[in-house]
Amino acid sequence: MSKVLVVTSGKGGVGKTTSSASLGAALAKAGQNVVIIDFDVGLRNLDLVMGAERRVVFDLVNVVQGDAKLAQALIRDKRIETLSILPASQTRDKDALTEEGVERVITELRKKFDWIICDSPAGIEKGAMMAMRFADIAVVVTNPEISSVRDSDRIIGMLDSKTLQAENGDKLEKHLLLTRYDPARAARGEMLKVEDVLEILAIPLLGIVPEGQEVLTASNMGCPVTLNNPDSAPARAYVEAARRLLGEKVEVTTPIERRGLMSRIFGRKAMA
Amino acid sequence: MALIVAPEAPLEPWLAALDEQMLRSAGFFVDRPIIVNLAAIDDGSQNLGEVLDALASRDLRIVGLEGIDPVRLSGTGWERLPKLQQGREMRAQATTDREIVVPGASEPEEAAEAVAEKPVEAAVAEEPPARLPSLLIDRPVRSGQSVVFEDGDIIVVGSVSSGAELIAGGSIHVYGSLRGRAIAGIRTGGAARIFCQKLMAELIAIDGIYDMAEHWGDKRHGRAVQIQLDTDSLKISPLE
Repeated sequence: MSKVLVVTSGKGGVGKTTSSASLGAALAKAGQNVVIIDFDVGLRNLDLVMGAERRVVFDLVNVVQGDAKLAQALIRDKRIETLSILPASQTRDKDALTEEGVERVITELRKKFDWIICDSPAGIEKGAMMAMRFADIAVVVTNPEISSVRDSDRIIGMLDSKTLQAENGDKLEKHLLLTRYDPARAARGEMLKVEDVLEILAIPLLGIVPEGQEVLTASNMGCPVTLNNPDSAPARAYVEAARRLLGEKVEVTTPIERRGLMSRIFGRKAMA
Repeated sequence: MALIVAPEAPLEPWLAALDEQMLRSAGFFVDRPIIVNLAAIDDGSQNLGEVLDALASRDLRIVGLEGIDPVRLSGTGWERLPKLQQGREMRAQATTDREIVVPGASEPEEAAEAVAEKPVEAAVAEEPPARLPSLLIDRPVRSGQSVVFEDGDIIVVGSVSSGAELIAGGSIHVYGSLRGRAIAGIRTGGAARIFCQKLMAELIAIDGIYDMAEHWGDKRHGRAVQIQLDTDSLKISPLE
């Protein structure tokens, strides 16, 4: 059974593309057949994050409009056999996507892949609508910041009303992926607490990905962090999230600031 | 806001006029919820199911009915229209064992006056609702969502997010955190109240009098409260 998973957030810059790439790579590494589709037509990024920018010939818009065959546009990852991407077009805009066209592409991909990951653009306009339209599962990427939480809330409302599943009266499976979580700032109380975010959004938690230099470095090298630096904290968080998607029961842990033993023992001076 | 469409007999010329209207103002009906009032056409000669089918075939989004007893539609495929939007007259006649009748409950007169002041609602005031129904929502109301229920109370089991909006004819009850806007008393006026388990609202209003978070301050923030109209200001009192 293939699953269509949309990675969405409403707000930009929270880590949708990074999460799509990292989760996709983690699922593929676990032996699943995975394709990641970049729905951000006009501002394509996924190919860069995946290090495939020099291999793009045809793109999603070409396939949607029938100018190219799906097999021509799919780019297979060089590191993992079972991972492919379908890049977005840089020269077109989101109006080039039609619902019928997207449906045709996804139906065709369902035959070949176990997981079809739709990397949604930011915003609530057509590109985002098309990315979520045919989803079976949604991963809502949120930063522990109030603006991000409110935008995610808005997107969850849309997932519950504008997707095909919702229109058919089914309840879409939704998961929260909390990214760019900064343990140091959380300890100082400068960020929304995990409990607060969960209370507002009221959907199950898929994982907490700590903010880390490793993520940025990996993106710049064109390699998902789960492949580039699998032992790093963010990579482990993504791998665990992928295992949860595959139905495994893995406890979610809140990242804590790694401090030396002495600073933990003598963390604070007693009040005089 | 819902539109009320009231087909008249004979049906054929009425539909022709509707088609002409739709041609002239394309998009007027698009995405508008439509309530069909069948009182004028229900003379016994017309199959009401066919009337509704004819409207639906013009892509009108029919969400409710009024003017007739819903029993008259059994067997037409239309009897399952959402109950919450059922029309006023129909509700007054409908016999149901699920509503609690309060003996001796009088009509709130000020409420009728308040409604009558608004020209759009003038027709409504002629026949004040006998009983106020309620709308129950048992999931969170998300940012960007707006729940408008002019007929009565809104009850939300779950939270109302920042950027969401509730507009009720009567009172508003939120079993969760109220973070968005709550506007009560559109129909009942000052008699309406707002209840919530955790007050974190952006704006609250009863019968046109509104108040904002920065005004009521931290003391009430996060508390379980009820809000009522006290002459021309809102009184927020703790519920514990």
